[in-house]
Amino acid sequence: MTWTPDRPIVSVRDVHKSFGTLEVLKGVSFDVMKGEVVCIIGPSGSGKSTLIRCINALNDIQGGSIAVEGIEVGAPDLDKLALRKKVGMVFQQYNLFPHKTAIENVMMAPTLVLKRDRAQVEAEARALIAKVRLEGKEDSYPGELSGGQQQRVAIARSLAMNPDVMLFDEVTAALDPETVKEVLVTIKDLAAEGMTCILVTHEMGFAREVADHIYFTDRGVIVEHGPPATFFAEASDPRTREFLGQIL
Amino acid sequence: MDWLADAARDLAEAAPRWNFIWLYDEKSAGKILSGIWMTIQLSVACLILSVVIGLAGAWAQGSPSRIVRAIVQGYIQFFRNTPPFVQLLFFYFALGQFTPTWSPDGWLEIPIISNVGWAIISLSFFAGAFNVEIFRAGIEAVPESTREASESLGFTRSQTFRYIVMPLAIRVSLPALNNNLVNLVKTTTQAFGIAVPELLYQSVTIWNDHPSAQYPTMLLLFVVYIVLVGILVAGMNRWERQMRIPGYGA
Repeated sequence: MTWTPDRPIVSVRDVHKSFGTLEVLKGVSFDVMKGEVVCIIGPSGSGKSTLIRCINALNDIQGGSIAVEGIEVGAPDLDKLALRKKVGMVFQQYNLFPHKTAIENVMMAPTLVLKRDRAQVEAEARALIAKVRLEGKEDSYPGELSGGQQQRVAIARSLAMNPDVMLFDEVTAALDPETVKEVLVTIKDLAAEGMTCILVTHEMGFAREVADHIYFTDRGVIVEHGPPATFFAEASDPRTREFLGQIL
Repeated sequence: MDWLADAARDLAEAAPRWNFIWLYDEKSAGKILSGIWMTIQLSVACLILSVVIGLAGAWAQGSPSRIVRAIVQGYIQFFRNTPPFVQLLFFYFALGQFTPTWSPDGWLEIPIISNVGWAIISLSFFAGAFNVEIFRAGIEAVPESTREASESLGFTRSQTFRYIVMPLAIRVSLPALNNNLVNLVKTTTQAFGIAVPELLYQSVTIWNDHPSAQYPTMLLLFVVYIVLVGILVAGMNRWERQMRIPGYGA
């Protein structure tokens, strides 16, 4: 079944995920359309990171299905490379390659994985580094960059693979409040360009401003969801209200 | 250098146990030099081969196949837990019997693996077993999250290993590798047991012919190994410095 843009680009259906006997996801379903920005919020341990890690097959699932542009992520014969060309991921701890400079970090995947021409990749990498506002830092090693700068290199590194969907796993959780902003601005730019983004985040202000849809998860299920305006104003479930009460 | 040869000759006459024979006798000097050269060749060959074995073994240890992991584990246990000298004798005398021969002149039958070849093979496997463990420790020091990052960029397992894990693991492994390679250079003296004409072998032939040269030749052995190992350690330290990543703690 080939995927067409009028259908969800990411489709999560009744997903169950366990680590041993601990069931982390207990039947989660949601759809993301192309160009949408979706925020997943919820208390720690509610399974939100696990959920987005399942979308690019870093974690396997025990039940249900996940499809990205029609690629069945749970299929035993999954073409992981095909999936990962479509899905970019940014992590809480940046996870840059510490032995490579910023620009090398950005260039590695296109040259090694896509086997593209080096000169062309380098030109694009410079443009990406400029896009995340890090001109002049091309030849710095990750250890010489601040957390916020590293995270922006990590975003550029993912974008270099030209993905259709970007996953952000609590990407500002390890940053201090001032640098959170510079990373969020970068993500906001991306969203404005029409990139499909799925974010796990605790940044409620950001979610309210940028998200098209917000999902609140607790103990492995989606408790409540909706567009930001209604979600923040009319959350009815007591768990959601309690969580929002603590955060806002 | 004639004055040195004369001084050595005078000393040998005055003190019969301190015959620095290779300072004035050309034949002995030649033996020492060819022994040093053989030791260097043996060491370099074993260093390279044992590191290759270590890398390959460490890679195979991360294999999804249990059988492959069990084979690597068996290899490590065997070579790490048995004496290298016994390994050397076993390789040369037991396995050596089964190696095919060839005849360059149509007259003499020569095994395709010489005693030098067996020494290189057996010592490399010996040191390689330790190198596997050393690299494995280095690999385990690379955070799982770094691997996940490369995986989510579409790297294959071997690309992740080659471009991400190994460059970081080697940096962590260098100090321990350094130690093992120092031991390896010293262990090449055991090739003496299968008549490989390395430095110890040549030294023994000298003092068998000239017992008066025994102590001086032993002293020379110490000096040569101090210098050889010193060069190796200096080289390794230089490498370690070059590999240092700005702003990275490892």
